[in-house]
Amino acid sequence: MFGKLDLSAIPLSQPIPLVTSAVVILFALGVVAMVTIKGWWPYIWHEWITSVDHKRIGIMYCLLGGLMLIRGFADAIMMRTQQAVAINAEGYLPPEHYNQIFSAHGTIMILFGAMPLVLGFMNFLVPLQLGVRDVAFPTFNSVGFWLTASGALLVNVSLFIGEFARTGWLPYPPLSEATYSPGVGVDYYLWAVQISGVGTLITGINIVTTVLKMRCPGMSYLRMPVFTWTSLASCLLIVAAFPILTATLAMLTLDRYVGWHYFTNTAGGNPMMFVNLIWAWGHPEVYILVLPCFGIFSEIFSTFSGKPLFGYRSMVAATLFICVVSMLVWLHHFFTMGAGPGVNTFFGISSSVIAVGTGVKIYNWIFTMYGGRVRLAVPMLWSMGFIFTFIIGGLTGVLLAIPPADFITHNSMFLVAHFHNVIVGGVVFGVFAGMEFWFPKAFGFRLHEGWGKAAFWFALIGFWVTFAPLYILGLNGMTRRLQHINFEEWTPWLYVSLAGVIILILGVISQIVQLVVSILEREKLRDVTGDPWDGRSLEWATPSPSPFFNFAVMPNVEGEEAYWGIKLRAIETQQLAPEPEYAPIEMPLHTPVGIYTAFFSAIFGFAMIWSIWWLAIVSIVAAFIGFVVFAWRDVHEFKVPAEELAKAERARRAAREALLHRLSSHGAAI
Amino acid sequence: MTDTGLPASVEAVRRVREDPHRLGHRSHGPSEPVAGAGHGDTGPASKRIIVGYGFWIYLLSDIVLFSCFFAAFAVQRSATAGGPSIEQIVDIGRVAIETAVLLLSSYTCMLSFAASNARNVMRTQIFLAATGLLGLIFIIIEFQEFAVLAAEGITPQRSGTLTSFFGLVGLHGLHVSAGLLWLLTMMAQIQVKGFRPEITHRLICFNLFWHALDIVWIGVFTIVYLMGAGL
Repeated sequence: MFGKLDLSAIPLSQPIPLVTSAVVILFALGVVAMVTIKGWWPYIWHEWITSVDHKRIGIMYCLLGGLMLIRGFADAIMMRTQQAVAINAEGYLPPEHYNQIFSAHGTIMILFGAMPLVLGFMNFLVPLQLGVRDVAFPTFNSVGFWLTASGALLVNVSLFIGEFARTGWLPYPPLSEATYSPGVGVDYYLWAVQISGVGTLITGINIVTTVLKMRCPGMSYLRMPVFTWTSLASCLLIVAAFPILTATLAMLTLDRYVGWHYFTNTAGGNPMMFVNLIWAWGHPEVYILVLPCFGIFSEIFSTFSGKPLFGYRSMVAATLFICVVSMLVWLHHFFTMGAGPGVNTFFGISSSVIAVGTGVKIYNWIFTMYGGRVRLAVPMLWSMGFIFTFIIGGLTGVLLAIPPADFITHNSMFLVAHFHNVIVGGVVFGVFAGMEFWFPKAFGFRLHEGWGKAAFWFALIGFWVTFAPLYILGLNGMTRRLQHINFEEWTPWLYVSLAGVIILILGVISQIVQLVVSILEREKLRDVTGDPWDGRSLEWATPSPSPFFNFAVMPNVEGEEAYWGIKLRAIETQQLAPEPEYAPIEMPLHTPVGIYTAFFSAIFGFAMIWSIWWLAIVSIVAAFIGFVVFAWRDVHEFKVPAEELAKAERARRAAREALLHRLSSHGAAI
Repeated sequence: MTDTGLPASVEAVRRVREDPHRLGHRSHGPSEPVAGAGHGDTGPASKRIIVGYGFWIYLLSDIVLFSCFFAAFAVQRSATAGGPSIEQIVDIGRVAIETAVLLLSSYTCMLSFAASNARNVMRTQIFLAATGLLGLIFIIIEFQEFAVLAAEGITPQRSGTLTSFFGLVGLHGLHVSAGLLWLLTMMAQIQVKGFRPEITHRLICFNLFWHALDIVWIGVFTIVYLMGAGL
């Protein structure tokens, strides 16, 4: 009846997962109780859960990503603590538990922390920057988000019911085969990642179609903001790379469930085929994460320097160059496979060449600041911290790209330091910079400046104190994923690294306090103009927060930096553009099909993990019925009357008039 | 913090006045607007174009999925582990019939599309039914092939070669089966709702899907069966 599932799946003998999951469950119950008591369910259901508004979905993606970042960070604290106390000792985490923690840390941080955050930014911003009202497929967008959320749910369920993979964040066979990992840990990994991967693919297709086929009049390719360009490149990579992940995980699933021989080390299976396939997805994946962050930094550098982005066209070219070359470097993750000098040379050179594209971008950002009026607001601090951190991460990457050097540093702490250097320095700093920058657009008020600066400095210093010692440890021969250490010479560096984690904890606390303080002081931080930073792209033409239809009348773009042009014309002529004609528009109806499908996908995944076959069949049939019922709807859209648009647009214009007056008085001062 | 200023935009106006030619920031090239195609100059494309285009992107991702299984087949082609090789399990006669049936189904699928363009419900349904029937025959022949092999003990559990063979051919069969389910749903929708815009959009997608599966099958037929049989 319940397959492999019975009461022994609950880790009653292990205090750490038990207490953690008890706290999480109590917290979740508390949230549910509060929402119920306050009577918020109808609002949350109608305005958020069933929403197909790209901005709402984007915000929910970011919320999910933020929560998972904290979850993954908790794993990180446990690992650094374990390594600092387990010197010639066993530490407090037994090996089978420690192995689950480093596996969960990587999986959660990349796939359920960073990915949702990046997808959230793309969802929120791309339609706004393109001057359109929604993405190409709003309902699929909702399905994609909820599938990602189901994947995250499954990973977290593994904490309480059963176990997680002990194989590392990429389950290399033969270790991950049923023979050597007989438990449900790898199955949790497989189904969670498979389900969320489908969600990501849906979003990727959606954004590519949106950018290529839905732009407001006049928005030709070379007038698109760089963030939109990098989102396009990132989503092209999603479309090209995520099917490889789907295929690879499906093959491993077949090996584990029905005894096939794709990756076994017996009967003609080929474990190295897994490693090749998974990195053919895995390397583009890191560019999927970092390219949109490059876009975020580009917007910030240009806005806070008061200048157009330096070398816009070279930025676009470099983005697409990285997009293509990122598919040609995967083998540098395993030079030690021994593919021979020819192959290793090719991949060594391609891995070094890809740094050229990033180098072009770095120079462009620096030259954007040069001669500009740089304002050191919080988004700009994160961006400058990024340049410093990312350059060093990039340079150590070039070191690792040299095959002979890689034979020494392969799988060492040097590697661990390197990829945290680029992913924390690039992606995490990027999403924090973006959060500070676009928060007013999403919620209508700015974030508190002081706490934001505190969070930045704690994060920057904490990052370096944590990871600089890991470079040294790596060069001294320490390998990654050690549960205990038998080498006392490494002790000081492990302590320093732990101290760095404590600074990082202060950074995380500052970030949370910043959010709380900003919400409490929201009236003081209110953004009434819709353009709090003197912005340059079309999202700043809308009020903060943007209405659900984004633009009452679709803008007509006449040059690069669409909104900047509109603003300059208004300042020059001392008046806004004449009021447009309003026509009724159609917007997609909200629908629960996304959460419905995802709910049954999560059940399906859970049933497959625990071999509850009847439940798997029932949930697949239920999900299909849901889709047919959805497809049977007669009404997909509702009309927004012209009067409602006119009312909203007039309120927006009144705010802009006030802004124009303020700018004019400044102009008099100059 | 409360006063962000905005002096940069004011100064920029002054700069434009001093540099009216906006050196380095002018738009380039002549632009020929094409209405409804989604090119920058004319605004978003029509719903029909957006749906079709998005589905093309999906098909590309599906081709990448297949390419992984093709790659696995190429890698494991000779990993027989002492078991039967591809040459020994290919029955080229049966596969020739299978291929003919599937290609014919593509033809009837196209006829159904022509009928739906002419808004003829009955003909659309007849040709869709013919497509489905041919697809079903294809699946039955494939199933029979697998059953015959399994009866001889030739299963994916036997060796890496057989794993990648059954994986690739089976993935295609799974796609055709999903296509059949979709086809039945479409036929029911056409019958109940007629040619509403969203239903014709879905028909376009279904046609694309069905033809794409044919193209993939050409690859399977050539690489697995023809080359496998040593032809």
